[in-house]
Amino acid sequence: MSVIRSVGQWLEERAGLGAAVRPVMEHQVPRSSASWWYVFGSATLTLFMMQIATGICLALVYLPSADQAYDSLLYLNYVAPLGWFLRAVHFWGSNAMVAVMTLHLIQVFLFGAHKYPREMTWVVGVFLFLCTLGMAFTGQVLRWDQDAYWGLGIAASIAGRSPVIGESVVQILLGGPIIAGRTLTRFFAVHVFIVPGLLIALVGLHLFLVLRLGINEWPMPGRLVDRRTYRQRYEEEVHKDGVPFFPDAARKDMVAAGVVILVVVLLAVIFGPFGPGGVPDPTIIDTAPKPDFYFLALYAVFALLPPWTETMLLLLGPPLAILVLFLVPFIAGTGEKSWKRRPVAVLSVILIVLIVTTLAGLGVVVPWSPHMEAWSATPTPVRYVRGRTPLQLQGALVIQDKQCRNCHSLGGEGGKRGPALDGVATRLTSDQLVRQVLQGGGNMPAYGKNLMPAEVNALVAFMETLRPANEAPARPAAKVPPVSR
Amino acid sequence: MCPNQERPSEYSSSRRGFLFKLGLALNALGAILVGIPVVGYILAPARRFSSQSWIKLGGVDSFPVGQTRFAQYENPFRVQWDGDSAKVACWVRRVDAQRFQVFAVNCAHLGCPVRWFPQSKLFMCPCHGGVYYEDGSRASGPPPRGLFEYHYEIREGQLWVRGGQLPTLAGQV
Repeated sequence: MSVIRSVGQWLEERAGLGAAVRPVMEHQVPRSSASWWYVFGSATLTLFMMQIATGICLALVYLPSADQAYDSLLYLNYVAPLGWFLRAVHFWGSNAMVAVMTLHLIQVFLFGAHKYPREMTWVVGVFLFLCTLGMAFTGQVLRWDQDAYWGLGIAASIAGRSPVIGESVVQILLGGPIIAGRTLTRFFAVHVFIVPGLLIALVGLHLFLVLRLGINEWPMPGRLVDRRTYRQRYEEEVHKDGVPFFPDAARKDMVAAGVVILVVVLLAVIFGPFGPGGVPDPTIIDTAPKPDFYFLALYAVFALLPPWTETMLLLLGPPLAILVLFLVPFIAGTGEKSWKRRPVAVLSVILIVLIVTTLAGLGVVVPWSPHMEAWSATPTPVRYVRGRTPLQLQGALVIQDKQCRNCHSLGGEGGKRGPALDGVATRLTSDQLVRQVLQGGGNMPAYGKNLMPAEVNALVAFMETLRPANEAPARPAAKVPPVSR
Repeated sequence: MCPNQERPSEYSSSRRGFLFKLGLALNALGAILVGIPVVGYILAPARRFSSQSWIKLGGVDSFPVGQTRFAQYENPFRVQWDGDSAKVACWVRRVDAQRFQVFAVNCAHLGCPVRWFPQSKLFMCPCHGGVYYEDGSRASGPPPRGLFEYHYEIREGQLWVRGGQLPTLAGQV
């Protein structure tokens, strides 16, 4: 022990690190901030450090070359000792980082920590949030599989909608005319050099600001933030009822960071690494690309926006949302801090969380996508073919053969793009069915050119049988009996 | 600083002041000499170098009249390490003996690969539900236009298309 102490003293005499760090570690913070609610920021930082460590390890093996990246990922998964584990930790760590950072953002907002004098801390935090999402997207590209390839196609298509400079933006993004080798090296440089460098610098600035301005005190209803008095009152509170950051507040941070790391390791061990998915060969088009979870909500928005609003909303929506996020402390920079007296703030958070999770949920189910295999792989329910005439059975065949079920389900199986066909006869008369099939309408293509009259007859004959036994078939509007009868 | 030496406020007229300005100027010059090439290098892919070239898709006879067939080619602007990603897929529809339509595989909505269903004569996109008729026109879903179509030529019994870049709403094939 005495050897360690003397080595420590020798180092301290020369480097003086302890003297430099101790005041930072032991600076006084409000007692109320030593709370479990205040652990998300340090947990995010811990995850970031873990991402750096595992990322560097992966870079020892990974080849950012379009012809070999996929093989090097398989090598990491199956050959390199513990490569699978590091890939898994990096993947689950990235998910956790986005999730915990989002919790940090929400907590900070609900506790009014963005208000005077911490506006700049918030602004830097928003930059950190954007950089982290940038890491998430570029990381998904480095997992050079079909999802990465077509995800880039989506990114390029969005960029291509920008007016005038669209084509240039696409080519700068892709590093060339198509998604290929020069695209991957670009995203590699962004993912391992540019954005991490920015993140490290911004984390430093973020922490410097936290130290300089002090950790936000627990918000008390009725204690308003006033630019003239706030800092003096904060100093008084810290002076009267402060505790040293280390260890009083830091121990909860340490526990939370440890728990987060353990959860990530557990997920990594149980679920293993994610992907790579299909081989990134653009001529393999039997694929249904999907982004990682943090972009599922956005992916859903792309399907649900009315087409005429899409270009405008795709180009203006995200910048506007980001702008609003930046402006939060300048819109509401003083006044009430407690969530108990900020109903608009609380409702906004609830609304945004509900919208994003609902959209992400839809992004998992993708009800708007045709089921490409339904027509050949999904059987017709037996109850819909039993006791039918040959003409009606022929119609059931037409439904399968013409891919109707890619968009319309029968017995719960098939696409959800169009309405389910069970019970269609209670909604549409045979004339209406013929019209809908031949001319299309709503979201349905017109089949007039692709069906022979005999096929239409059979199809409609079959669909007329699709109704529950106790429900009457649809009747032409003109013949509906008066209500009084 | 020695008290009997010039004070910083006299920099402007002194040798030190000259050195300070020289230092600023040299660094500014250095920043320009390195900075402009760096920015140019990053933005270089946006130069409007012609990423279009005639590409042979195959013999005309390999595309039966009245059918739509899958075809692929190697991007002419590839680099050696592109691997499979240099491959490009397209759909070739032979309308009659002389007339063709060659469609990019990328949906006009957000670029996902559309699949051809000969039974219903529709192209369907797996991402957001875009659907197109056999002539490439939009049938339903979010796409703002029909499928992107290549220019083609028939030379000595071979089908050639003009292509080389990823089709988007800004720059078509």
